[in-house]
Parts: sequence; C-alpha cells; structure tokens
Amino acid sequence: MSNVFSSFLLGKLTLDSFKHDPVQTGGVVIMMLVPLAVAGLLFYTKRWKWLWREWLTTTNHKKIGVMYIIVATVMLLRGGIDVIMMRVQQATSVGSSQGFLSANHFQQIFSAHGTIMIFFVAMGFMFGLINLVVPLQIGSRDVAFPFMNASSFWLFTAGMLLVNFSLIVGDFSAAGWLAYPPLSELKFSPTVGVDYWIWSLQIAGIGSLMSGINFLVTIFRMRCPGMTFMKMPMFVWSVMGAMVLVAFAFPILTVTLALLALDRTLGMHFFTAGAGGNAMMYVNLIWAWGHPEVYILVLPAFGVFSEIVPTFSRKRLFGYTSMVWAIWTIVLLSFTVWLHHFFTMGAGADVNAVFGIATMIIAVPTGVKIFNWLFTMYRGRIHFASPMLWFMGFVFLFTMGGVAGVLMAVPAIDFQVHNSLFLVAHFHTMIVSGVLFGYFAGLTYWFPKYFGFKLNERLGKYAAWCWIVGFVLAFAPLYILGLMGATRRLDHYSASLGWQPLFIVAAIGAGIICIGVGLQVLQLLISILTRDWNRDLTGDPWNARTLEWSTALPPPFYNFAVLPVVHERDPFWATKHADKASGRPQYRPFYEPRNTSAPIFIGGFALAFGFAFVWHIWWLAAVALIGLVITVINRLGNDDVERLVSVHEIEKTEAELAARRQFA
Amino acid sequence: MSDAIAVAEQRIARSDERHEEDTKTIFGFWVYIMTDCVLFSALFATYAVLHNNTFGGPSGGDIFSAPYVLAETLVLLTSSFTCGLGILAARQKSKALTMLWFGITFLLGLTFLTLEIHEFRNLVHDGDSWRRSGFLSAFFTLVGTHGLHIATGLLWMSVLMTNVWKRGFTRKTLRQLNLLSMFWHFLDIVWIFIFTIVYMLGVAK
Repeated sequence: MSNVFSSFLLGKLTLDSFKHDPVQTGGVVIMMLVPLAVAGLLFYTKRWKWLWREWLTTTNHKKIGVMYIIVATVMLLRGGIDVIMMRVQQATSVGSSQGFLSANHFQQIFSAHGTIMIFFVAMGFMFGLINLVVPLQIGSRDVAFPFMNASSFWLFTAGMLLVNFSLIVGDFSAAGWLAYPPLSELKFSPTVGVDYWIWSLQIAGIGSLMSGINFLVTIFRMRCPGMTFMKMPMFVWSVMGAMVLVAFAFPILTVTLALLALDRTLGMHFFTAGAGGNAMMYVNLIWAWGHPEVYILVLPAFGVFSEIVPTFSRKRLFGYTSMVWAIWTIVLLSFTVWLHHFFTMGAGADVNAVFGIATMIIAVPTGVKIFNWLFTMYRGRIHFASPMLWFMGFVFLFTMGGVAGVLMAVPAIDFQVHNSLFLVAHFHTMIVSGVLFGYFAGLTYWFPKYFGFKLNERLGKYAAWCWIVGFVLAFAPLYILGLMGATRRLDHYSASLGWQPLFIVAAIGAGIICIGVGLQVLQLLISILTRDWNRDLTGDPWNARTLEWSTALPPPFYNFAVLPVVHERDPFWATKHADKASGRPQYRPFYEPRNTSAPIFIGGFALAFGFAFVWHIWWLAAVALIGLVITVINRLGNDDVERLVSVHEIEKTEAELAARRQFA
Repeated sequence: MSDAIAVAEQRIARSDERHEEDTKTIFGFWVYIMTDCVLFSALFATYAVLHNNTFGGPSGGDIFSAPYVLAETLVLLTSSFTCGLGILAARQKSKALTMLWFGITFLLGLTFLTLEIHEFRNLVHDGDSWRRSGFLSAFFTLVGTHGLHIATGLLWMSVLMTNVWKRGFTRKTLRQLNLLSMFWHFLDIVWIFIFTIVYMLGVAK
C-alpha cells in the first residue's frame, strides 16, 4: 500500500536517485555552492526585494539581455568543468590506467557538455546580445512583445535548471548531445537521463521559438522612421536571418523531442528498433533542425563582426548589399544540407552527391562575408582594440575550420573521418572561433553601452590570446588524431596506438583556454572595481557608427526620449560629422509595459511540468499544467499591463542624464 | 488641472500606438501560425514515412470509417463558417449575436472533439492503440496533435467569451477575437489535409 502511495506521490523518484559516486558528488557540491553563495550574498546585502522588483519581474529588453548573459556565463563555466574532466580523462586513460571517470559518467559528461554549450551558452549569449542591441539599433523603445520576451527568458532558465537538477537527482543522458535512437530509447537508456535531456531542451526550445517570433516582428514592425530594410545595421540583418531560421527550424525540434518523449513515456514506436519504428527518421528530423541551428548561432556572430570591423577600421562596411544577399543565401541553403551529418548511413551515392555539392555551395556566401570584412579593413585606420583581436582570431581559425568542413563535404572523405575526432575538431573550430569569439567580441564592444564603463582592455587582450593559442593547441591535435583513426567519445584507448602525447597536448591547450576564462572573470571583476576611473563620458567610447550609440550611455529605460529619424546607413556616424541640430526636442508621452511576475511563474510551472514528466509524477504535471493555463488566462484578462510615461517624467529623466554627463 | 493633462497624454500615447499595436500582434500571430504549419509538416512527414509500418497490425483501410470521418469534417467545416459569422457580428459590435455564433462554434468544436475521442477510444478498446505499430503511433500523434489544438482553441474561446461578456468589445477583446478566428480557420485547413492524406488515402488503399 505504501508502495502504491509513494509511487503516486513521487513517481520513479526514490532515495537512491540522490546517490552518486564521489566524482559526481564533487560536481554536485560545486554546483550547489554557486547558488548558495549568491543567496547568501543577497541575504547579507538585503537585496532580495530589489532583485525581485528590478530584475526578476522586469519586461525591459536591456535587463532581460543582461540576465541571459549572466545565465550563459554561469553555464559556460559549468560546460568548461566538463571539458577539463574529459580532457584529463582522455590524456590519462591509456592502456592499464582507467582514468578517474567511469565509462557511464564520461558519457554523461560529453552529452551534458554538448547540450549545455549549444543550448544554454551559445543560445544564451546570442539571445542576450540580440535583446541588448537590436531594439537600440533599430531606434525602438522595446521589443514587439515584452511580456513574451520575459516569458522566453524564464523558459530558457527553466530548461537550464532542469539540466542542472540532473546532477543532483538521478542522472543525465549518456546518449550524446543529440540522443540518437535506438540508443536513447527506453530499452537501451532505461534511466531518467534522456528524459532530462528531452524536457530541458523542449522547454528552452519553446522559449527560443517564442523569441524568434518576437524578434521577427520587432525587426519588421518597430524600426524607426526612415530605417528602410537596406539602411538597417548588418547585425539587425543577421538577426533577422537567424530568427527566420528559428521560426522554421525550432518547430521541427519540438516535434522530434515530443516524438522521442512519446516513445519513452507512452510506449509508441516512432524510432524504436522494432514494431515498425524508424530510427533514421529521427536522425533526419533532428538534423533538419540541427543544421539550421548552426547558422542560427553563427549568423548573429557574423553580424557582430560586421559592426566591429567597420568601427575599428574607421570605414563603412565593404559590400553591404552582397552581405545581405550572403545572409539570405545562407538562410535558404542551410535547409538543404542536413544530410551531410550522416553520409555514412546509407542514403546512396546520388543523394550523398546532391547534399555534398549543396554543402560546398553554402561555403561560398560565407566566403563572401569573410572577404567583405577583409576588404573593409583594407586601407582602413585599424585600431587593434580587444574586439578586433577576437575578430582576427576568428578569421584565422574559422577559415581553417571552414576549409576542413568543405573537405568533409566530399562524401568519400567523410566516410573516412565520420564520427572521428577530425569532425569534433572541425565543429569546435566553427562553434568556438565562429560563435563564441563573435559573442565575446560583441560583449566587449557593447559592454560600455549598458554599464557606462569599458572592460579592462589589457586583460581582455590577454584573455583573447589565451583563447586563440589555447584553441590551436587543443584542437590541432584532434584533427591529427582524427586522421589517425581516433573516434569521438572515447573514454579509453590502447597505449600501443601512440595517441597519448597528442591527447596531452590537447589537454594543455584546454588548460590555456581555462587560463583565458580565468582572465575574463578577472577582467570583469577588476573592471567593476575600477569603474569609477574608467567611466565613459563621451557616450561614444569606440568612435562607432550605428544608432545605439546616439542615445545616453547607459540608456534610460525608454532608450530614446524622441524616436529617431534615420536618413542613411550609419546614422550616428553621419550626425557626428554634421552640424549639431538645435532646438528643444518635442517629447511625446508613451506607454511602457509594467513589470510582472507572470513570466517567472510561467517558467516555474514549466520547470515543474518538465520535472514531473522526467520522474512520472503525474499529479505534479497536472498541477503545473493547470497553473500554467491559469497564469496565461489571467494575463489575457488583465487590462492593467501598461504604465503611462508622461512628458514630465521624460523631461526629468533627460535632465538627470544631462546632469550626470556634466558632473561625472 | 494635472488630471486633465494626464487624460490628454493618455490619448496622445494611445493614438501613437493604436495602429502599431494591432498590426504587430496580428503579424506576430501569422508568424506563429507559420511555425505551427512547420510543426504539422514535420508530423505529416513522419506519418508519410511510417504509414506502411503496420507491423502485422491493422492498416488505415482496416480501421478508418469514411462516413464517420466525413461527419467529423462537416462538423468542423461548419464551425469555421459560424466562427466567421461571429467575427462579422463582432465587427458590427453586436454582443448578443457574437456570443451566439461563437457559442455555436464552441458546441460544434466540442462535438468534433467528442467524435475524435470516441474514435480513439474504440481503437484502443479493439487493441489497436498507439503501442501497436509505428503506423498507429504516427496516426494517433498527428490526429491527436490537431485535437489538442482544437481543445486549446475551445479553452481560449470560452475565456475570451467570458471577457467579452464582462467587458464588451474593447480593442483588446476585438484583437483577440480576430486572432482566435485566424487560429480556428488554420485548424480547419490542417484538418482538410488530415482528412485527405490520412483518412481518404488510407481508405482508398
């Protein structure tokens, strides 16, 4: 009887779910220390109310952007700990030595590493930067749907929390970052790990889809007067391309995850090995999302570089129109290449040839972009500030990784290197040097816009050099090992293969990257501590070109006291070099969305819903679903969601901003 | 005095955003519908791949009843028509007629859902549940996802009708009514594809 009761109350959850081996327990302790330290600090400084009122319930795009970036940074550190463990394991687990990780734990680590780095680091930095920058660049006060924007963020955070719950309760997926069936089916992965993977991605993915819709509408409908499509900053173009991809690709992810969940929870047969399931269907579906996802991540990073290179070359962007066409060619082609992820799975020579050629073609628009950046630098007055350093690292590494990619686009070659470390090295080159370097550059570049002081340049440059050098040391050996036949996801290999020296070099490279991360953390701390000496008084720390720099720094909550009117591509550059307009600005009152706690409840209920499905606690799932529905219904019926910002309030805020500029 | 200024300012702020607010929401909803289209296409693709994988179980021809599905289809198509009449009534600001037509739409939607659940229950009762084969998994999921959308639409409709009842036609309720009707017609179109591809092609075999 008590068994029935506890299985109703707790589902599959038992006391044993909390038991781990010593290494895992260490991870739990480290992960628990972070939130505990934060909570302690908040109690000590009595900031809980402030946190709730100013941040957690906000609907302002700038604060949401900052919160995205904080979550992504914390997750970068977590994913980084996974990296160290894997590198140490592969450097030491040779011959008779088994390393310090069990095979199962190692599999969980690489699955968690990929999942976290793509969904909660890269996507987090991306949506963070988009939130911060896009509304300002298009001369708007906020995004199209601020409430939905906050809900997206809290769904993203709920997904992130669910991944990290798996450290404490139960285990995480050991089926790789894309959880191919039949391995990820209940029969071969009977624990809750894959369910954690499914539900954290499902929840975060729905948040991303909502963001995609939100930013598409924002860019289409909220540009300031005069900003026609061909006058938009290139970052906005890139985001538009990426958001179109989100809108088309993420529903496929939603379906794919749902079908796998149905297989695992309701005993369906979509991807099972028997009973009429088709595992290849999963692989096709997941890559029909997964390949566009690569471009979703990298297009905004390209956009960042398209802003940085002209600014630090003191020239306008070379080939604006060709850049736009390159973006849309990439958007289109990114849906035609997914099969190159599984050339070896028997689609046949003709199909492979088609997808191989499509893959080679997609390198062309990317090449166009690279050349445009280089031509922008050509004969410019180049300033080697740290964002530019990230760019130089990017061009060098990304081009090499891209060439390796074109190499693998030849199906015959892919048969040799498929699932080898050569592939691992290739896609890390694209994601780290392409995506991550882009976002680091963007964060350095836009940091003063939102906080009023620059990050420490010297430490930033040291960090960039550590990343670039560390990256080469960490991944050049993997290219070589891949060609020598080392497959990915090895937790142990024979000493006679002679691979160990190269794995040790890779581990040293990872160590140097870790020093780079440490320097970045130090950079942030020192910059905050010395902020009073580094305040930017000009409002234009980099001598920039686009609209976001034309408003106060940091910007007031409404971004622009008077919505700007734009006449050319680099409007801020043009006004800087024109006569100052005079006359008193004509303010107009407007409505601002009120803060609301509904998004955080939506995130909380989604988290409870996901957790309930992982552990089959059906009453909790029902409660969470009802809570979710009631929250949304309440919101639909609530008419008091906006606050009038009067002319008087705008005048007062503007006067304060002017005073701050004068006396700072 | 300050009250008068506040009222004037409210009017200015509202008139500044009036047009923008509506087009934003409706455009956003079109984009959402497009993403839902992609979602359904992924399910249709899965059904197309798995529809022959009966694994010794029944095929579509064995379990589908054309007259029954035709009745379902007619009910849903009629509900789309009455939903349109409801929108026309709302444009004329006739609260009673709007409530009436959306009330009928609701009942028709509920009938459709009941018919579908009945069909599902009979299948499960005969041992042809989603656990039986890949084909049945795909069938239940595709048709069930549509049914889930219908159920969501019904919930939305009842909430919205309550709001219209309480508050009458505000800009917000009118906008919501438009979105709901877009959603409802969209589900109709998806059903026509389900009717053709799943049921008609299934029976024809």
